[in-house]
Amino acid sequence: MKNQNTKNHFMEGAKDSLPIVIGYFSVSFTFGIMAAKAGFSPWIATLISITNVTSAGQFAGLTLMVAQASYLEIFLTELVINLRYGLMSLSLSQRLSDSVTTGKRLLIAFANTDEIFAVSVSKPHKVTSAYMAGLEIFPILGWTAGTLSGAVATSLLPPFVQSALGVALYGMFIAIVLPPARAHRPIALVSLLAAVLSLSFTYLPGLNRISAGFSIILCTLIAAGVGAFFWPIPDNKEDDS
Amino acid sequence: MKIYCYIALMAITTYLIRVIPLVLFQKEIHSPFVKSFLYYVPYACLTAMTIPAIFTATQSPVSAACGFVVAVLLGWNKKSLPVVAGFACIAVMIAEAVLRHI
Repeated sequence: MKNQNTKNHFMEGAKDSLPIVIGYFSVSFTFGIMAAKAGFSPWIATLISITNVTSAGQFAGLTLMVAQASYLEIFLTELVINLRYGLMSLSLSQRLSDSVTTGKRLLIAFANTDEIFAVSVSKPHKVTSAYMAGLEIFPILGWTAGTLSGAVATSLLPPFVQSALGVALYGMFIAIVLPPARAHRPIALVSLLAAVLSLSFTYLPGLNRISAGFSIILCTLIAAGVGAFFWPIPDNKEDDS
Repeated sequence: MKIYCYIALMAITTYLIRVIPLVLFQKEIHSPFVKSFLYYVPYACLTAMTIPAIFTATQSPVSAACGFVVAVLLGWNKKSLPVVAGFACIAVMIAEAVLRHI
């Protein structure tokens, strides 16, 4: 009975990961092309992807490696760009079922990406380690395989297909945010505030000097903080099931 | 050899950021403010990552805007993730095909 449950959760996770796999393949394909163009072998490009599993961090890392940057620069850049994962892990820590042990948390953390985090917290109930395993394995494989393919065959997809796939992940984000935003006004207001802040950090003079990674952290902290201050959620809203 | 040190440094930094909060906070947090804050984090974070980045994700802001509008319409009507993402891509393809011919 327990095995059956584990299998079901794994399959559910695997099914939910399908759009992520497709999105990752196309993004990491681009990463593979960029790494190849920067003079790295397919092996190195693939190694970067399978050990890091992060888009923005890898693209930035590539630029720094080409420039032969110092270790401190690389460390600080990765820290700032990826600090949002800290927030996501904190949020995810409250969504994992009580049965998830420390050992399993060590594994789950490895691939807590934007998209995997987004899908796992969009579930109406807490998630198990089997679900997370199903949700993470295939995107990791897709991410790695995409990098390898991109590095090996530098331009397989026609440009218009690559261009169209560029919106796939954002389309997914929109599909995650809108339904709850429609049902709960505070979520809509928090999202709207995040959008306004993000636009300001991108376009307003002065503010636009803040890096993209840091801007996402600030937008998240401010918008979620304002939401928690003005519209605290009633207790017991999210029950374990 | 230096390249492997670079990669290891990137990987370890990224992993530590992801793993520390996940292992440290295993108990349920009871502070209403922190709970509410974490409840809003995904929506704030995903929105900030989408806007305005989506508008520069394709060959032209016009085609990206078409993908954005389609995604918003379908997402608003609670369509599933693959449907929203897929039709957003198709909208971009159609928009770029039209743009090439005018």
